[in-house]
Amino acid sequence: MTTTPTKGSRVSKPKRSSLQRSGDWARRMPLLPAMILVFFVTQLPFVFTIGASFMNWNAYYPDERGFNGGANFKTVLTDPAARKAIWVTVLLTAAVVLISLFLGLIIALLLDRKFFGQGVVRTMMITPFLVVPVAAALLWKHALYNPEYGLFNGMLTKIFGDNAPQPDWISEHPMWSIIFAIVWQWTPFMMLILLAGLQSRPMDVVEAARIDGASSWQIFTNMTLPHLRQYMELAGLLGTIYVVQNFDHVFTITSGGLGTANLPYYIYQTFYTGQDYGLASAAGVVVVVLTIIVSTIALRTVFSIFREDQR
Amino acid sequence: MSGKTLSTGQEMNIKKESRGGVILSITAWIVGLLFVSPVLWMILTSFHSEPAAATNPPSFTAPLTLDGYRSFFDSGPWPSLINSVMASVISTLLVLVLAFPAAYALSIRPVRKWSDVLFFLLSTKFLPIVAGLLPIYLFAKKVGMLDNIWLLIIFYTVMNLPIAIWMLRSFLAEVPSEMLEAAEVDGAGLILTLRKVVAPVVMPGLASAALICFIFSWNELLFARVLTGTVSQTAPVYLTGFVTSQGLFLAKVCAASLVVSLPVLVAGFAAQDKLVQGLSMGAVR
Repeated sequence: MTTTPTKGSRVSKPKRSSLQRSGDWARRMPLLPAMILVFFVTQLPFVFTIGASFMNWNAYYPDERGFNGGANFKTVLTDPAARKAIWVTVLLTAAVVLISLFLGLIIALLLDRKFFGQGVVRTMMITPFLVVPVAAALLWKHALYNPEYGLFNGMLTKIFGDNAPQPDWISEHPMWSIIFAIVWQWTPFMMLILLAGLQSRPMDVVEAARIDGASSWQIFTNMTLPHLRQYMELAGLLGTIYVVQNFDHVFTITSGGLGTANLPYYIYQTFYTGQDYGLASAAGVVVVVLTIIVSTIALRTVFSIFREDQR
Repeated sequence: MSGKTLSTGQEMNIKKESRGGVILSITAWIVGLLFVSPVLWMILTSFHSEPAAATNPPSFTAPLTLDGYRSFFDSGPWPSLINSVMASVISTLLVLVLAFPAAYALSIRPVRKWSDVLFFLLSTKFLPIVAGLLPIYLFAKKVGMLDNIWLLIIFYTVMNLPIAIWMLRSFLAEVPSEMLEAAEVDGAGLILTLRKVVAPVVMPGLASAALICFIFSWNELLFARVLTGTVSQTAPVYLTGFVTSQGLFLAKVCAASLVVSLPVLVAGFAAQDKLVQGLSMGAVR
């Protein structure tokens, strides 16, 4: 009598664990195709890039191909063009993210109230984000910035007459020309996320605070801003990931000229025009390291948002 | 007495608020119009004749014409538009087919260490894709897939997979486990459970994921430019032909930019609420 259960458990124990193991694989199966693809297309190439970054490898001089230690990294960190590209990337990203985050916050606050045509204004605000980036960059370059027939100088003539200043926006302010064209597209993105944040505020608590005599400003600084913080971090982080990689605007508006080549453009040029595979790879590794530095700081906060979301 | 003063005070408060409210509403309208005005200008210019499009000061009332569109469509954009449709539609479908089971395995019947898998997928989005440009180019060259639209389709699929898995998982996580258990007790098979219990919750998630994957692959330029040539170039690559000025061509540029942006504009307007979910990978609803 007493042996039966022991026997049973002894028999069923390995059985259960093998069942569990096969259960594990049954659970993993649906995940595998996606994971294998992601691994082969995003991870493996990067391993290759790391390898290539330590090589002297220029397609124009195939005979000289070989290991060259850290020479490419030395070039990336000392060559004026490459150093400039790192600096431009940091400046461009920081300027775009901060300006569009600030504008996005103000506009989200403006749109977070009921007024006549709220939906129409929201739709108008989203429009810039829905223009294909190359098309948007072409629009700014030719239809707005052009010194002869662009809308900006045209409006200056219209308002101030024939003696109005007619600046050549792109050659006089190349960086700002690019920054504003990108800000125009990314402000709606920031606005959308912050607006979603505003609308997720617990309104009953806000109402209670108002009844207790809190002023609008007090509610904003003590309740709205702290609640929005994680949304601002999320918007800032996602914006950074996308803007760091910007290629379309730089390529279209200045073709990387006038000191506006950022790292993605520099890599494209080194690899596509210069055919210097080793140097392009080293620059690629630098972009990744830069992004990892930014993201490890920010990733934790974002992950905590997702965690909270699950609760 | 006191009741009266209170009510007048309230009245004044409401009046003051509404006056401030009017100013805020007008400000909102002005800001909205400012942001949309470049697009309105693009639309207007695309319907002007080339000479009228290039005047300074701008002519807002010039006669409208379809010449800009005619000269754009005469320049042979159809192959690139068809390539773009293929690359974005097929890759979006592939993403959904691959992402749904993966999201299922990360939420409803989760694998062990599912949060590590999610974290890994998120981290791949932090790896700038430009770092993979060279190896993918060399691989494509080696296997003879350069200038082949299927290479772009595969690449866009993988580029968007992590986003789609994240989004779908966040929706699947909301399927109440009691309902799944109840379905199991009732003897419902996997297919029936998926259709009756899971699908209603996940459908909006599928729509957001599809929208965002479509937009991202339709917009992509860098890889399309490097990996395609004359045969399989996409619409954004076609647009780069307008980077350098070619005399009077503003109406044509505006027409081209508008035509290429149209699918994204239509999809985005139609699914405005899905946009935020997609962009934030499901974190913001």
